[in-house]
Amino acid sequence: MKNLLILGAGTAGTMMANHLRPKLYLNKWKITVVDQYKTHYYQPGFLFLPFDTYTESQVKKVGKRFIPIGVNYVQKKIEKIIPEENKVELEDETLDYDILIIATGSKIAPEETEGLLGPHWKKDIFDFYTFEGALALRNKLREWEGGKLVVHLTEMPIKCPVAPLEFAFLADSFFRKKGMRDKVEITYVTPLTGAFTKPTCSTALTYLLKEKGIKMEADFAIEHVDNDTKEIVDYEDRRIPFDLLVTIPTNMGDEVIAKSGLGDDLNFVPTDHNSLQSLAHENIFVIGDATNVPASKAGSVAHFQAETLTDNILLYMDGYSLKKEFDGHANCFIETGNNKALLIDFNYVTEPVHGTFPFAKIGPLKLLKESVFNHWGKLAFRWIYWNMLLKGIAIPFVSRNMSFKGKIFDIKSDSK
Amino acid sequence: MSVKTIAGVEVNVSEEGYLEDMSQWNEGIAKEIASEIGIELTPKHFEVLNFLREKTEAKEGLTIRSVGKSGIVNIKELYALFPKGPLKFSSKIAGIPKPTSCI
Repeated sequence: MKNLLILGAGTAGTMMANHLRPKLYLNKWKITVVDQYKTHYYQPGFLFLPFDTYTESQVKKVGKRFIPIGVNYVQKKIEKIIPEENKVELEDETLDYDILIIATGSKIAPEETEGLLGPHWKKDIFDFYTFEGALALRNKLREWEGGKLVVHLTEMPIKCPVAPLEFAFLADSFFRKKGMRDKVEITYVTPLTGAFTKPTCSTALTYLLKEKGIKMEADFAIEHVDNDTKEIVDYEDRRIPFDLLVTIPTNMGDEVIAKSGLGDDLNFVPTDHNSLQSLAHENIFVIGDATNVPASKAGSVAHFQAETLTDNILLYMDGYSLKKEFDGHANCFIETGNNKALLIDFNYVTEPVHGTFPFAKIGPLKLLKESVFNHWGKLAFRWIYWNMLLKGIAIPFVSRNMSFKGKIFDIKSDSK
Repeated sequence: MSVKTIAGVEVNVSEEGYLEDMSQWNEGIAKEIASEIGIELTPKHFEVLNFLREKTEAKEGLTIRSVGKSGIVNIKELYALFPKGPLKFSSKIAGIPKPTSCI
């Protein structure tokens, strides 16, 4: 009997268990999933929680529910991976593996920025990348009377890179609806060159910031939070004052990656971009947010990766060479407020394109263009996530690699 | 994508002036791009540029943090070398792609 061990039962780890169990003989491969947390969160819902669009119960469920029969589920702390011995130490036992899948995700590390965890944390400074943070922010927004709202991201890479921008858009709608938009100044602060960093997107989407009256502060790399003056300060002493700071702190991989010596300086595991095999150990594979591949850290990416990785694990078990297949494909809805959303489809090398999705010319979803239909798509996605995606059921008509049918690539940029 | 002559060499550049093929880069190109931005390159600049190029060749993501931990400069010094947007300018001068988000 051989052991296939999956670390992490988030989006990626749960999907891998569901993909692999029916494909492996029960008397040949034992599959074990270890998760450090009991609760499985629908993380895209954290964007809606602060605005009272979703309730708490819509975004959390018991993780074990999504693990298929025939898979051994262990809910324990992971202490260390020892690749030289093919072992993983848990809090009170050690597991052997023949094949290891690392799916330990990424999380916020607010302690990386000086002054962030100061006296204003969870009073005037919030994150929404954790369930607790999103809830605390919801409670704050229910009673906040206005002032300077600063939406800020610390450094790339972050999970769901468009979430902070979506937050700014939704905040605009939220305050308009509450009849207090005139009392709120919204500023979006990014270490990148702007809200949109790719020419097609800045051409197609820059109007959104203007339309919503969102101010931009670009090229801002935070050095510390000045808790006395309530300002964020960058390395050139540029200061941006806030009354309410909504920040995306540095995102890092799990500490167990650092303790095991398997990660880069952000604890992400160096991984082959196309096969998803770890670069250091041939029987270790990595999926989802835990990798260092330059794809978005997003559930849709994990979903597309899971299909390639499943094939590759089966190939590896039988001694065949791996498919260099994964192309960085991501497919994401972007909320733009007022019950509209955009849809983007892109990969490692192709910028988000115009066109229709998933069917050429028919759609019904429109790429890179605001529509109500896309917004319904985003809301419907919560059901798809719990009922199809985690179970490894393929989403009809959406392929693992990016399709180029029905898409337009000739968008020219205005900016030089 | 278009073709531009920088320091006497024809190179492919993106719409924003970033080199499309990092192997076309040389020190003369770096100096000319830098002077367009208003930066005069010193040996310290080149240490940073070479670090960025090595990281990019190894397909590792570039962050201000990783430059700060490189042992070449700390982040304050990086800002002093490439004021008002260190990664944006240093990557352009180093002949590597612009750091981007997904949109």
